[in-house]
Amino acid sequence: MRWPVPEAEHMDPGTLGCQGCGGALSMRLVLKEVGPDAIAVLPACCWSIIDGPWPLHALDIPVFHTAFETAAVVATGIKAAKAMKGEDPTVVAWAGDGGTFDIGLQALSGAAERNEDIVFVCYDNEAYMNTGIQRSSATPAGTWTTTTPEERPEPRPKKDIMGIMAAHRVPYAATATVAYPGDLAHKVQTAVAAKGGMRFLHLLSACPPGWKMAADQAIEAMRRAVQARVFPLYEVRDGRDYTITVWPERNVRLEDYLSLQGRFTPLLADQDMLERVKADVAERWRLLVERHEHSRRLVGTGR
Amino acid sequence: MPERLLLTGNHAAAYGAMLSRVEVISAYPITPQTMIVELLSELTASGELPAKFITVESEHSAMAACVGASAAGARAYTATSGQGLALMHEMLHWAVGARLPIVLTNVSRAMAPGWSIWSDQTDILSQRDVGWMMLFAESVQEAQDFVIWMYRVAEQVYLPGMVGMDAFILSHTAEPLIVHDRDRVDAYLPPFEPLYDLDPADPRAYGGLVNRDHYFELRYKVYEAMERAGRLLAEAGEEFADALGRRYAPVEGYMLDDAEYVVMSAGAMTSNVRQAVKDARERGMKVGLLRLVALRPFPFAEVRRLLAGRHKVAVLDRNLSPGHSGIFAQEIRSALSGMPDAPPVYGYVMGIGGRDVRVETVTETLDDLVRRDEPDLALYVGVKGLPIGPVRAFEQIPVPVKVEVAR
Ligand SMILES: Cc1ncc(C[n+]2csc(CCOP(=O)(O)OP(=O)(O)O)c2C)c(N)n1
Ligand SMILES: [Mg+2]
Repeated sequence: MRWPVPEAEHMDPGTLGCQGCGGALSMRLVLKEVGPDAIAVLPACCWSIIDGPWPLHALDIPVFHTAFETAAVVATGIKAAKAMKGEDPTVVAWAGDGGTFDIGLQALSGAAERNEDIVFVCYDNEAYMNTGIQRSSATPAGTWTTTTPEERPEPRPKKDIMGIMAAHRVPYAATATVAYPGDLAHKVQTAVAAKGGMRFLHLLSACPPGWKMAADQAIEAMRRAVQARVFPLYEVRDGRDYTITVWPERNVRLEDYLSLQGRFTPLLADQDMLERVKADVAERWRLLVERHEHSRRLVGTGR
Repeated sequence: MPERLLLTGNHAAAYGAMLSRVEVISAYPITPQTMIVELLSELTASGELPAKFITVESEHSAMAACVGASAAGARAYTATSGQGLALMHEMLHWAVGARLPIVLTNVSRAMAPGWSIWSDQTDILSQRDVGWMMLFAESVQEAQDFVIWMYRVAEQVYLPGMVGMDAFILSHTAEPLIVHDRDRVDAYLPPFEPLYDLDPADPRAYGGLVNRDHYFELRYKVYEAMERAGRLLAEAGEEFADALGRRYAPVEGYMLDDAEYVVMSAGAMTSNVRQAVKDARERGMKVGLLRLVALRPFPFAEVRRLLAGRHKVAVLDRNLSPGHSGIFAQEIRSALSGMPDAPPVYGYVMGIGGRDVRVETVTETLDDLVRRDEPDLALYVGVKGLPIGPVRAFEQIPVPVKVEVAR
């Protein structure tokens, strides 16, 4: 997908992000589409640091820092106050996977179920990176982290956050990554335009130190995640209409994705687990394609 | 004309929020506070109170929503009790550090386990050190008025405040309530003017990383604001009289002039204490009442002035800090510390978990105060089978219960 990159920047250079930080790049590209009439809510996560220590501030929209588990509901409160004043900025809750899948899930579920008029962005680097690479429920099976050491790597598959959001019937939910910027931009535009309800964006965001890889491999890793069908790119409307937006075309095997990163050493060494993960990736992809096709058949049926 | 209605403390609190023209309410039901949430839902649904009501999924989120709303310039209100207040704790700190003048009503109830919905002030007193102003209502009228009084001061110093009211004794008891004219309240409480606004045209960052070279100064400003709040609370209590016909103060004295004995109390049980003091006066005992209305900011000067030179002081605590003593007793002791003519402070713990504090209970306590030679940190009143006195060791140390199960 071609993307005429908006020239306006809403993030200054010189942030405290690490080299190759997918979370920092995600913010930069997302804000290009969200534009200046916005307010960001940042719970505890790497972005609490990336924006800079007081009095520095890297974004040209207001940022309200808040407690780890409260991104969705603080955004809700801000939106309510603005609505009382007749103002209508885009309020973006911007959380890591911990602040979304784990500690933030309760408030997120509440906001999703009430269909609050906010955009919730999860930049998912698949662990608690701020505190030094501990597992989260977004950490995939077979991964090394400091709380899932090599001798006892993460045993469980990644939590299906998109499934959870779809089950809340939110008007718009999508996966994206900066490795496919045109697709990302289109989804941010769609989310911003769909005012009046909850919008959820799930962004895979490479973390070179946490994923144990070179900084210049970040984009390639995220691209391979999509091509290997580990992180498919799709949208879900109203929790039921699925559209796959990027179809894998390169023949990238799961191992090609895994071997780029040191964190998967335990998985690559465990043939049984690797087979199970492969089967799981294939099964999930098949289900997603089925949903995509099912949604196409329903087009025009008036559902 | 102000209206005179027969209402419960809970409904009065909701009226206090309405008269204050709150703009965002976010709250979660918990007995015995639920009626506040229900009435505010009705008032916002009918349009009588033009405000957003956010039906969050927890008290933690209720306070978080208030934090967001207040930061974006709205007057925000919530109400809770016991477990709910405890769950809010992290966000109570956030409201202070972010300098957000949120007001909350807490209907004090005992903490679980065992589950108890009954009166006990340990819940609110556990939040003593967070940096919220704290007022304790004694009547239905105050449950309403203190919300207004609190907003008035909170928005001058940019600190949040909570109004405590006791479970059932106040929350569910109907008393005549004067509902003030809205325009008179408006004159007393002007619209909220936020220090900063979350305005896309003014892109600042709030509450981010601060290092050791700045954090202390940020907190120093909080301490300074709390100091100022002490003065403003007294002034605003006086002005309440001119504007709305009732005078409030951080400390209230009753029959104190020539009192040799003083009994200190806070909250709804003070009404029974007042009666017991009156009765004791009739029996010839020179006793008076000191009612603490504000716990934070603590009215040091007033308390010291009113207690200097007395023979004995009894502090009645419907709460306890295990390993120490009643929390109000600790506060009074620390206020008197170093004062040359400080009276001895007798801490009495009573009414825990909603056990009745009757007029007779207070009368017995006053008798004990007269008889007792040495003050004690905590003297327990009304424990089954025990006379008033310090804690006693159990004769048998509890051992784990083992049940034999036949297989
Ligand atoms: C209540 C609470 N518990 C724990 C923390 C410590 N903490 C700060 S950030 C963080 C991890 C954040 O992980 P994630 O949301 O995935 O964001 P990331 O750092 O990976 O960007 C933790 C555990 C906290 N700030 N608050
Ligand atoms: Mg993370």
